[in-house]
Order: sequence, then structure tokens, then C-alpha cells
Amino acid sequence: MDFNAAELIPVLPEIFILVLASTVLLVDLYLRDDQRGLNHGITLVGLLIGIGLILALGGGERQIVLSGSFVRDPMSDTLNAIILLVAFLAFAYSKDYLRDRNMLVGEYYVLGLFAVLGMMIMVSANTFLVAYLGLELLALSLYPMVAFDRDSKAGAEAAMKYFVLGALGSGMLLYGISMVYGGTGALDFPTVAASVADQGLDNKVLVFGLAFVVIGVAFKFGAVPFHMWVPDTYQGAPTSVVLFLSSAPKIAAFALAIRLMVDGLGGLHADWQGMLIILAVLSMGLGNLVAIAQTNLKRMLAYSTISHVGFIFLGLIAGTAQGYAAAMFYAIVYALMAAGAFGVLLLLSRKGFEAENLDDLKGLNERDSWYAAMMALLMFSMAGVPPTVGFMAKLLVLEAVVRVDLVWLAVVAVAFSIIGAFYYLRVIKLMYFDKPTTLEPITVGAGARVALSVNGLAMLVLGLFPAGLLGICQAAFA
Amino acid sequence: MENVYLTIVLAPLLGSIIAGFFGGSIGRAGARWVTIIGVGISTLLSLYVLKLFIFDDQPVFNQAIYTWMVTDGISFEIGFLVDKLTALMIAVVTFVSLMVHIYTIGYMADDEHNWPKDSLAGRNSYQRFFSYISLFTFSMLMLVMSNNFLQLFFGWEAVGLVSYLLIGFWSTRESAIFANLKAFLVNRVGDFGFILGIAAIGMYFSSMDYAEVFAKAPELADARMPVWGDTTWSVMTVICVLLFIGAMGKSAQVPLHVWLPDSMEGPTPISALIHAATMVTAGIFMVARMSPLYELSEAALTFVMVIGATTAFFMGLVGLVQNDIKRVVAYSTLSQLGYMITALGASAYAAGIFHLMTHAFFKALLFLAAGSVIIAMHHNQDIRHMGGLRRYMPITWITALVGSLALIGFPGFSGFFSKDAIIEAVALSRVSGAGYATLLLTLGVFITALYSFRMYFLVFHGRGRMDEHTRHHLHESPPVVWVPLVLLAIPSVIIGWIAIEPLLFGDWFKDVIYVAPEHAVLAQLGEHYHGQWGFILHGLVAWPFWLAMAGLGLAAYVYWYLHARRPQLEDELRERFAWAYRVLDRKYGFDDFNQTVLAGGSRGLGETLWSAGDRKLIDGWIVNGSARAVGWFAQRARHLQTGYLYHYAIAMILGLVVLLALFVAL
Repeated sequence: MDFNAAELIPVLPEIFILVLASTVLLVDLYLRDDQRGLNHGITLVGLLIGIGLILALGGGERQIVLSGSFVRDPMSDTLNAIILLVAFLAFAYSKDYLRDRNMLVGEYYVLGLFAVLGMMIMVSANTFLVAYLGLELLALSLYPMVAFDRDSKAGAEAAMKYFVLGALGSGMLLYGISMVYGGTGALDFPTVAASVADQGLDNKVLVFGLAFVVIGVAFKFGAVPFHMWVPDTYQGAPTSVVLFLSSAPKIAAFALAIRLMVDGLGGLHADWQGMLIILAVLSMGLGNLVAIAQTNLKRMLAYSTISHVGFIFLGLIAGTAQGYAAAMFYAIVYALMAAGAFGVLLLLSRKGFEAENLDDLKGLNERDSWYAAMMALLMFSMAGVPPTVGFMAKLLVLEAVVRVDLVWLAVVAVAFSIIGAFYYLRVIKLMYFDKPTTLEPITVGAGARVALSVNGLAMLVLGLFPAGLLGICQAAFA
Repeated sequence: MENVYLTIVLAPLLGSIIAGFFGGSIGRAGARWVTIIGVGISTLLSLYVLKLFIFDDQPVFNQAIYTWMVTDGISFEIGFLVDKLTALMIAVVTFVSLMVHIYTIGYMADDEHNWPKDSLAGRNSYQRFFSYISLFTFSMLMLVMSNNFLQLFFGWEAVGLVSYLLIGFWSTRESAIFANLKAFLVNRVGDFGFILGIAAIGMYFSSMDYAEVFAKAPELADARMPVWGDTTWSVMTVICVLLFIGAMGKSAQVPLHVWLPDSMEGPTPISALIHAATMVTAGIFMVARMSPLYELSEAALTFVMVIGATTAFFMGLVGLVQNDIKRVVAYSTLSQLGYMITALGASAYAAGIFHLMTHAFFKALLFLAAGSVIIAMHHNQDIRHMGGLRRYMPITWITALVGSLALIGFPGFSGFFSKDAIIEAVALSRVSGAGYATLLLTLGVFITALYSFRMYFLVFHGRGRMDEHTRHHLHESPPVVWVPLVLLAIPSVIIGWIAIEPLLFGDWFKDVIYVAPEHAVLAQLGEHYHGQWGFILHGLVAWPFWLAMAGLGLAAYVYWYLHARRPQLEDELRERFAWAYRVLDRKYGFDDFNQTVLAGGSRGLGETLWSAGDRKLIDGWIVNGSARAVGWFAQRARHLQTGYLYHYAIAMILGLVVLLALFVAL
């Protein structure tokens, strides 16, 4: 096996993030407690450089390097860049929150960056094993982040549940991969795909393995009935971690689904389409219905995540290039919406006070009309009200399923999204029409304020001019 | 050129946004300047574009600027089609708009007196007004510059929205709110037809683009659409009539005309800009633009012509009995719109557009003159309380006289050329209904002269009938008010003389407006056209001229000569012809019918459906029922989330088992 240094060029962004994480780890050793802010600065600048690297190196033909285990293509360029961008937003929002709770320490950033690295590896994997390694790197970084507030019992419980269920999910995925290996004798996606195409649907071992793989993916997404960890983890973990956990990893999960189920097991589309339909309907139904009964905002957003996952699945179910592009658009938009919504929660929290109940949003308009407006935009977008981008995202996935004659599925999705609109609009009602419980003004650092404004306005701008982002998504599956 | 066209459209929008959102911080002067500069830029560029088309053979611009989305092969775009028709329209729109902007400085200077003290709605009303009229200019430009039906609809609705906002501008007045709701509802009816028409175009042409639709239209000339059972209708007729229903709403044609007189509740500058010069002519513009479609359906042309002629004559009659100075002008607008529409029905599209242009100038002039009078009269609008104003406001007097002469079609003035052309063209038309239309239009000339000069003499001549206090304060309006009057008076006199030859008989509208050979009445007319003098001389021996003179003479005799001696004369006439007066005063009962039968009926129906259907069935059963069901299910389902780890694990395993059972075992 020859080693060609040029092969490392497409991998540079990943290498850079690894170096960045190690740098933060080392620098942190030499910092006094009052200098911890430096970690924050290094991380944010590093993420921006990472985005720059991806843009500089990306573009052009699909490249497969490192003995066929790593792939760089238009989809990985886009998704990696967006993951770094969302992670940037997540860190930018979190600083004050972390400082107020004595959590502004190097480990937080190190773990976060390793999680980012894990996601990038998932996006760029070209074999089952590399995808699995990325997934584990992500998961193992997230478990301690959930328990980051060491004195919090709820945090420890959440991390424990997440860990045990995550282990179960990973185990199933690994088992599925072993079945696929047994059925095809290969682990890299192109060979597996070729073999699956040969054998067709006759090989029950493959279908058996596929079911486990789908479950592994569904667990990462948090689709019903593999969603049980989502509400408990969201509620128990520190809000800044939830922000991180609910946004970028969904994009990585989408990449995982594409790599495993389309690049690898695309030949079994007829089978996994049926499985995903079940999961999608359950997710949209349960997510939207149970969200209504929640009084805790973090739990409500957890169930909202579950329902959005159902919508992302719709695009995958279609099984067309158009559908995949629509699902990718939806996943990216969702990550931005989730980052913004939890960002608002972070900004509302103060030392000794966690904003996490619906009542905490009451009368937000009177306290700070700009944040209220941003939150309203985000909620409208989540509900799918035009002209926000959430509408465009829903429209695209619905169009994709209608195109493959699954009209009934589109009707079900629309019905559930109408039910779902209720709890998003309730948030807006609380902000604008109810009296605030406190008139304390909201003090926020300039960085977070700018980030949230950009994040909120992006909902409107992307909704009015969807062509750019949509074009990028379509190019990934051209 | 793309940038020039974009600037024409966006400059007023930018001004409107700044004045609207930042009106509080930039103050009155800031709002005034930013909008006037924005519209000023548009005006200069529009005139420049017009110049290019007249002298430099500017090529037609037809291009999409931005593609919003593409679905099922129909692309929804923002694009501009700028040809000679558009160039003419944008020049007229921006010029009148600029005049109105300047005039508004004077008219709205004391706007705070129009609001209750400390009213929140009255805050920054001055800036808001400027923002609205600039927004209107933007919308109207979008409408006329569009190259596709979607953007046309956008502009159509946007001008409607601004019109609604401005009619109800003084939102603390009951009557203003009533009027803007009425305008809104009536326009809903028209717009419903309009969007059905656009939908039909989308269905049969699979395109929203004018050029593509027009190119494909001849293929569908004989197409039929199934309606009910074996009945079929001509596709073209249905599309044209539906689109025209939209035009009836916007251009206030019978029976959808009822909102226009009430729209006078808005401030006078917008009555001039929106409800006389520009927005109400959108329907005429639209039909002219769609000439390749209308030419394919004789039935639709007849429909258009009959509606137009009916409006022209009968609405003029109502103008005779109005005493509110603005309402007189409003009914005259209705009647003149009727003339334009009739011209369209006779396939004399160019004559309709020609009259649209001359009318825009002289009607804006008349409205602004009326506004000047209203300012002087301290917002008393009743002409019975005026009189003798020529001594106090000479500039307003002369310009109003110019406007009135143009309106009645006095030879040489702009209205003379356009109106005579319409009447002669309709007389030549062989579309069924042309006889009826010719008769009504010709008689209409007499009515026009009568009501115009009734108002003129009652306002400017005779004895002053205002109270002492008002008389004491009478004086000419400030320059920001009278300068626009003078600037509008100039085109009101000369534009007809200049434009008749290229517009009607030249090749200005060649390739823009399509006229089928068998409908080419203007070409026929052109064979006998020998210059402006010839046209005037010919006019002097025709019926319309003598009827106009008769109307003018009658008005002078009754309202000037007799009125000075027997002031109670009008009351006596009114008693003598009580029945006719009552019919006219009730406006043929359209309002009563609408309010009792349509509004009352639909409210009654609504009440019934509300109590029986909505409250019991829908609210009680479906809405609350399903909400209860959802709530019940949500409460149950949340208990699935027990918090116990082993329950969660079991759920995952169960999920696995189900998937395996469904997809592997079977």
C-alpha cells in the first residue's frame, strides 16, 4: 500500500479540527481561572478557519482517499461546513451561560470539538466501519457533556439514560453492520452497493441486517420508538449542551443515513422505505401530539425535534435525488432553527435561574421586543408558516413524497403539522399577549446578540430566497 | 437597462421603507425628502426611458430578474416587460405621483388636526402618509412593468392594499373605516374573478409568461371547456371575462363601482393619485396588455363594451345630483373610466390608453384643485356653501377651468382628442352592442359638460355662500399646492395635440397591442385622419361637440345666470323631478341592494351557519372535539415516557421486533 501525502489534502479539515481540539486541551492547562475565555476565542476562530478550509479545499469531483475509507464530495463539503457553522453558533450562544455556572472550562470545548470531529467523520465516511467510528466519537463526547454539570442529579440521570440506550443503539447498528458484512463480504460502500445490486432482495440476511442498521440510524435521529432518550436527555442536560446536541448532530445523522442506506444499501430501498414510513408516521404523530401536553419548554422542543425527524424521513422515503436534496435542506434548516430556539432559552437564563418553562417566555415582547421577534420568526419557521424557510423545507419534502405517489403520507404529514402549529403558536401568544412575570431586562453579550439576530433573520431571508441553499442541496445529489 | 428598470421600481420602495419604519426618527422633513427623492429618481428615469423609446428606437426589454420557484414546469418569476405601452404608463404614473407627493406637503401640513388629541394612531401620520403613497407608486410600477401574470397579480393586490390603507387613513373616523371595508370587500369580488382567470391561464397555457401565453393563444381560439354535463364554453371567453371581472373591480365598473365614490373619504391627494389617475386605470391597462387574448373572443368584447358604456352614461347622471365637491369628481371618474372600457370593447385599445393618459393629467388636476378649494374652505366639501372663489384663488380657478374644459372635451384640449377618438371608434365598431354604446357615449358628453360646469359655476362663480369666518380666511393655497396644479394643467392642454398622431394612427403600439383585422376600427378612422386641425374641424360639425356646448350652456344658464337670481332654483327643480332625483340620489339602489340583500343576507346566512353549523357542529364537535381528542391522547401518550430506563429499552426492542417481523419474516 503506497502512501501519497496528497491524499491527506481532502482530509485537512478533519485534521485541523483534531489539532484545534488538542490545542485547546493543551492551552487550557496553562490558563488561570479568569483566563478561561481564551478557550472560547480559540474555538470560535478555529471553527471559522475550519469553514474556510472546507470552502478552499472543497468543490470539484468526488475524491476517495485513504484506501477507500474516506470520501469528499459536494455533500460532505456542504454538510461539514454547516456542522461547523452550527457548532460555531452553539458555542457563541453558550459563553455567558457557561460562565454563570462555572462550566466555562477547557473540557467543554475539547469535548465539543471532538464531537464535531466525530460528526465530520460520519459525513465523510466511505465504509461502514469509519461511519461507526465517527458515530462513537460523537456519542462518547456527548455523554460527558450531558453530565457536565457534575452537581446536577438530573444531568447525571439524563447522561446515564443516554449512555445506556446509546450503547444499545450502537450495539444494534454494529450487529447490523456485521450482518451486512456477512451478506456481502465487504465493508466499503461501493462494494457493498454492487453486491446488493447483484443479490437483489432475495438475501434475507441483508434485510435482517438492514433492519438493525435502520434502527441505529433512527436512534441517532431520535425517531419513534427509538426516541425515549430524547425528552429526558433534553430536560436533564444543561441548556447549552442541549443546544449543541439538538442541532449539528441531526445533520450528521442525516449524513449517516445517506451514507449507510443510500450509498451502501441503496439497493434495498424498497425495504427501508417501508421501515422509514412506519417510523416517520409514528414520529410525526407522537412528537406533535405529546409536545402539546408539555409545560417544560425543553421537553416541548424535544418532542418537536422528534416530529421534525419524521419530516426529514419523508425526503429519504421518496428515494429520489429530489427527495434526498429536500431532506438535506430540511436537516440544515432544522439545525439552524433548533440552534436559534435553544439560543433564546440560553439568553433568557441567568445566574441561578434556568429558563425552561413555557411561563418563562411570558411577555417577552415587553422585556425585549427584538428577542421576541427573533423567537417569533423561529417559531413560525418551525411551524412552517410562509414566508419563513420552515415552510419551504416542509413544502419540498412534501413535494418529494407526492412525486412518488405517496399522497396519503403527505396528507398525514400535513395533518400532523397543523396539530403541531398549535404549540409553536402558543409560544408566540405567550410572548406577545401575556403579562411578563418579571420585568428584569435581558443582558446579553454583543456576540450572542449578533449571532441570534443573524440566526433569526436567516429564517426569513432563506425563506424569501431559498434558491441558493436549495441549489447547493440539489448539487449534492446531482 | 436592467439596472435602470430596477431603480425605477425600487427607488420608491426604498423611500417608503425608510419613511415607514424610521418615520419617528427621521422626522417630517426626512420622510418628505426621502420619498420625494425616491419618486423623483423614478420620474426622471421613466422620462428618460420614454425618450429612448420615442427617439432612439429602444429595443423591447422582456426578461426575468429573479426566479422564485419552478413547479410543474410553470416558473414563477419576477420580470420586467418594458415596451412602448409600459414606457408610457410608467411615465404617467411616476409624473402624477411626483406631483401628488409635492402637493401632499401642503395638503397634509396640518394633519394632526385630523386626529383626536393624543391618539396613538395619529402619531407620525404625516410620515406614514408619505410612506404609503411611495409604496403605492412601487406597487403600481410592479403592476405595469410585469412580464408575467403572477407579478401582475402581486401588483394588482398591492395597489389594492395601499388603496385600502389610504381610504381608511383617518382610521378614527367611522365613515373612513366603512368606506375602506367596502372598497376591500367589493375588490375581493373582482379579484376573485381575476385570480380564477389567471388560474385558467395556468391550466390551459401551462405558463405565467405573457409572451408565451400570447404566442400560444391562437391555438386555443376555438378550444372549449366542459362546464356541466354536455355544456361547453369557449376557453378564451371564460378567461377574458374572468380577467375583466378583476378589471371591473379595480376600475370600478357597474356593478362593482360602488366603492369608488366612498373612497373619497381618504385624503384628497390619494383620491387624485389612486382613485383617479393611476390605480383605477389598472383594469384598462390590463385589458390593453391582454389584447391578443381579447381579440380572440367577440363575446368578451361585447361584454366589455356594454359594461363600459353603461357605466359611462349612468354614473355621469348620478354626478348631477352630488353636492360634495369630491364626489362630483369621483362620479365623473367613474364615467370616464366607462369611456375607456368601452373603447377597449371596440378593440380601440390605443384610444383607451390615450384617454387613460389624458384623463390621468386632467383628472389629477381637477382633484388637486378640489383639494386646494377644500383647504381654503377649512375642509368643508359642500359646493352649496361655496361660490365666487375665483376672486380669492385665481390660480386654482384658472387651472380648474382648464381641467373642466379638458374633461368635457372642448376642442383643442387633451380630452377632446381622446374622447372624440373613442366615440368615433365605437361608432365604427361592428361588435354587437356597439349601437347601444355609441348612443350612450354620445349622450354622455352632454351629461359630462352639465355636471362639470355645474360644479365649476357653483364653486367659482356667483355669490359666496360660505359663513363669514370662512370667507374672511379665504386665500390662494401655498406654492407647494398650486405649483403641481400648474404643472398638471400644461399636459392637460397640450398632451392630446401631441400624442394623438403617434398613439392612435402611428405605429407606437405596433407589436404591442394586437388588433384582429376585422376589428381594426382605429385603422379605419386613420384613413380619414388629416392632422390635428382636420380632426378639430371634423369635431366641430359632429354631435359630441354640440352636445358638450349644450351642456356647458345649460349649466351656465342655470347655475350662473339663473342661480344668481333664484338661489332656491335647484330645490325647486328637485321637487319637480322628485322621482328622478330619488333614483339618482339613491344611485339606482346599488348601495341599498348591496347593504340589505348582499351584506345583510350574507350576515344572516353567516349568523345561521354560525349558530347551527359553526358553534354546534364545527366548534363543538370537530374543533373542540378533535382538540379534546388530541389533548386526551397527548395526556395518555406522555405517560409512555415513564422515566424508567428499562421501559425505554423495551420500547426499542419492541420496535426492532416489529420491523423484523414485518420486513424479514414476511
